[in-house]
Amino acid sequence: MLEFRKDIFADERDDNLKEVGQPTQRQDMLGHVTGTSPYYDDHRFANLLHLKILRSPHAHARIRSIDDSAAARAPGVKRIIRAADVPVNLNTLLSLIQFGKDDEPSLASDVVRYKGEPILGIVATSERAALEALALVKVSYDQLPAVFDVEEALKPGAPSVNATYPKNTFEYYGKYDHQKLRYGDADAAFAQADIVLDERYQMSPIEHAPTETNGSITVPDTNGRYIVYTSTQALFFSLDTSAKINAIPSNQLHFIGGTVGGGFGGKVDTMTEPLCILAARLIGAPVRYRFSRHEEMQFGSPRGGERIYVKDGIMKDGRIIARKVRAYFDSGAYTRLSSYAVVKCAAHIPGPYTIPNVHADVFCVFTNRTPATAMRGFGVTALDFALECQMDKGATAIGMDPLEYRILNAYRDGDMKAHRREAKNCALIECAQVAAEKANWPLRDEFRKMSSRQGGGAAHTGGAAPARAPTSTPTSTPQRVAYERPTPSAPPHIAPPASPPRSAPPPPAAPSSGSTHGAPRFSSVFGTRRR
Amino acid sequence: MAKHRGRGVATINYPIGMNLGGDPSQALVHSNPTGKFTVALSSIDLGQGMKSVTRQICAETLGVPVEDVYVDTADSDTGPHCMGSFASRGTHRVGNAVMVAAREARAVMMEAAAEELEVDPADLETDGRGSIQVKGAPHRSISVRDVAIAAQFRQGKTISGRGIFLVPLSDVDPETGEMSPATCYAHACLIAEVEVDDETGEVTVLKMTSAYEIGRAINPKLVEQQLVGGSWMGMSHALYETPEPYYPDPRDGPRDFNEYLMPGPGDICPHDILVLERPAPDGPFGAKGPGEMCANPVLPAVANAVFAAVGVRVNDLPITPEKILRALKARGGAATPARAR
Repeated sequence: MLEFRKDIFADERDDNLKEVGQPTQRQDMLGHVTGTSPYYDDHRFANLLHLKILRSPHAHARIRSIDDSAAARAPGVKRIIRAADVPVNLNTLLSLIQFGKDDEPSLASDVVRYKGEPILGIVATSERAALEALALVKVSYDQLPAVFDVEEALKPGAPSVNATYPKNTFEYYGKYDHQKLRYGDADAAFAQADIVLDERYQMSPIEHAPTETNGSITVPDTNGRYIVYTSTQALFFSLDTSAKINAIPSNQLHFIGGTVGGGFGGKVDTMTEPLCILAARLIGAPVRYRFSRHEEMQFGSPRGGERIYVKDGIMKDGRIIARKVRAYFDSGAYTRLSSYAVVKCAAHIPGPYTIPNVHADVFCVFTNRTPATAMRGFGVTALDFALECQMDKGATAIGMDPLEYRILNAYRDGDMKAHRREAKNCALIECAQVAAEKANWPLRDEFRKMSSRQGGGAAHTGGAAPARAPTSTPTSTPQRVAYERPTPSAPPHIAPPASPPRSAPPPPAAPSSGSTHGAPRFSSVFGTRRR
Repeated sequence: MAKHRGRGVATINYPIGMNLGGDPSQALVHSNPTGKFTVALSSIDLGQGMKSVTRQICAETLGVPVEDVYVDTADSDTGPHCMGSFASRGTHRVGNAVMVAAREARAVMMEAAAEELEVDPADLETDGRGSIQVKGAPHRSISVRDVAIAAQFRQGKTISGRGIFLVPLSDVDPETGEMSPATCYAHACLIAEVEVDDETGEVTVLKMTSAYEIGRAINPKLVEQQLVGGSWMGMSHALYETPEPYYPDPRDGPRDFNEYLMPGPGDICPHDILVLERPAPDGPFGAKGPGEMCANPVLPAVANAVFAAVGVRVNDLPITPEKILRALKARGGAATPARAR
């Protein structure tokens, strides 16, 4: 099933270790197999109240009026929570690292921008009482035109989804509607290529589908603090987001996570904690807010559906001399984390291959659907699907074995990557060789002898390697820069235009500024991120 | 009407940690008065084994048995800041922070032992079984337990350490995209073999063979659970799952697991995995991290295998029977594409 190839790269490792490398049984195994590991929802409290959320039935609509008077009189109802009750209603998750503008309300007040958007919360003595009261709330809407396709959303006259980004794209560096990657001259290279291959790929959204749905319980503690039991994947990220939305100092919150019943990126968004804490603060009693399976499936953020166009310029000998990528990330109605994934995607282009001319534009697009978020492989999974299908088509187009085609173009130690850092510590070729050997996938001798290490030599096989096919010179030679990052105080090697100087990280645990406007600094996340 | 077999391949790499860095994690390590260590973190164990990985790294660095280390995490009052459990950053970022903290604690432990044995700390070594001894003279030794008691009650020393690991935040050039996205990358190659029924459009994944290069495998069993689980997730993503079956049309979304299509135990195929270890210069004992990447190569490998089997390209995920049948109809039936050799 699983075997190690300790023979490969053995000269780079010290295998004389005692505990590292051992198949030691996990510390929490006994708890897991006896069903006693504590999840957030295993904590029991007397007089626990339950928060349920009224959600928009429309993908895009103006809220004309909300009548919750009947709901307020319903049996078991303790409190109705409206947008006006939320101290800092507008937030964006990455304001914690100074990236992006606040664009998403905890509770919508005037416009709903996706089906399922929270409008109002009801806290009651049971989940059933809360749900029955929700059914009594009367909301009247004026429906607005909605847009669901990323490329439709960019056309002139498309419905504007997000009030903070009215043109339906996240704003990069205060001036661009996309992230750029430019290396060499792709267009000039296409003119020289034997074959040009232009293809379109569409990623599907998927659900994180955790066994444990998102949720949290807030319990008022003594001395004005609140204990929050949560399913979060990022304890301080959720704590600081909750402190910001509630406009309270971060040390009034005591977050206790624990075993998480499946995350995969879907428990970073802090979807339940802020309102759960608000409810507990307003009422002074323990409150639970947990997603039903339906909410998790439809209104918990999914992996987004990226659309990716890939254009390759290929020579008959198998060398890829140019690659152009245009990618659209479907962020849904709000930013959440998609803006970050766009930059990560750009950094990943053109994949683990050395291609001398690369050109990419990556967009974060707003549409009227549930906001997308991080999921395992965020920013990369869709791109890998597109690029690896494209590699297969390229190999077919020139009549080359698809694995040999990859090995030929694979990046090696010392190659320059499109984001202008030298490749080091590469091992793509060795993975291909080892997998091929195991699966009896025939590789020609010269491809079996190639290596990721400097010069493409056959270090691990000990045999002499043929010289690697020369790669074409980039039409404009990019400046070679050291892989190592400059020290924080040193200026960047290549000063990007209009960029603020790299700031030294301030000491950890800096006191919170206490500001509730815009994107305040938080005690647990430091450093400034360039816009 | 027939069933057709085909093999497809994908090769990928994956960046370790948050893109551009700027994502710190901290750790505290301290001994109780009888030489048992606690690692205090706020990192989350999602089931991936964060607690085990940091525990083994701490024990190795301290030079004590793993049973003498306990990892206490996920409490914001006792654990110092961690950016979070995502971006394949746990082993690399948190592991490094734990290593720094454990080194500091180890230095105090060795000083305290040296004072008890009346030797220079540089002449001492740990045996990894709970004792500290003079190099070359193992009969001159003291147990970690006795060192901890002496440090606490006689010498007035705290056997503890603080650690933080931060990859400094990189700038991005808005015009060219020049940036330092990550300090190290893991690698993989995956070969999938499928069978496609040209009457029903159904795809069965028969076998996967993969090679993963992940720096250092801190715990081989945890690596295996990630790589096996990830391949199922990738297979499910490639062929079954989506909350929007006719994306970008938002309708017909599933509401529960009865309506959300996923493979069952019978759809799981044999998977041979080979693990390579090329240590990352800045990883804890060279470790990178297998967390996210293992779902990624499965998607294109399955798509490419479908092409090899019946000669149609499905460029829109998931690769449903409906899409295959429509493509076969457009193509005029299944055909095995000519291979290079």
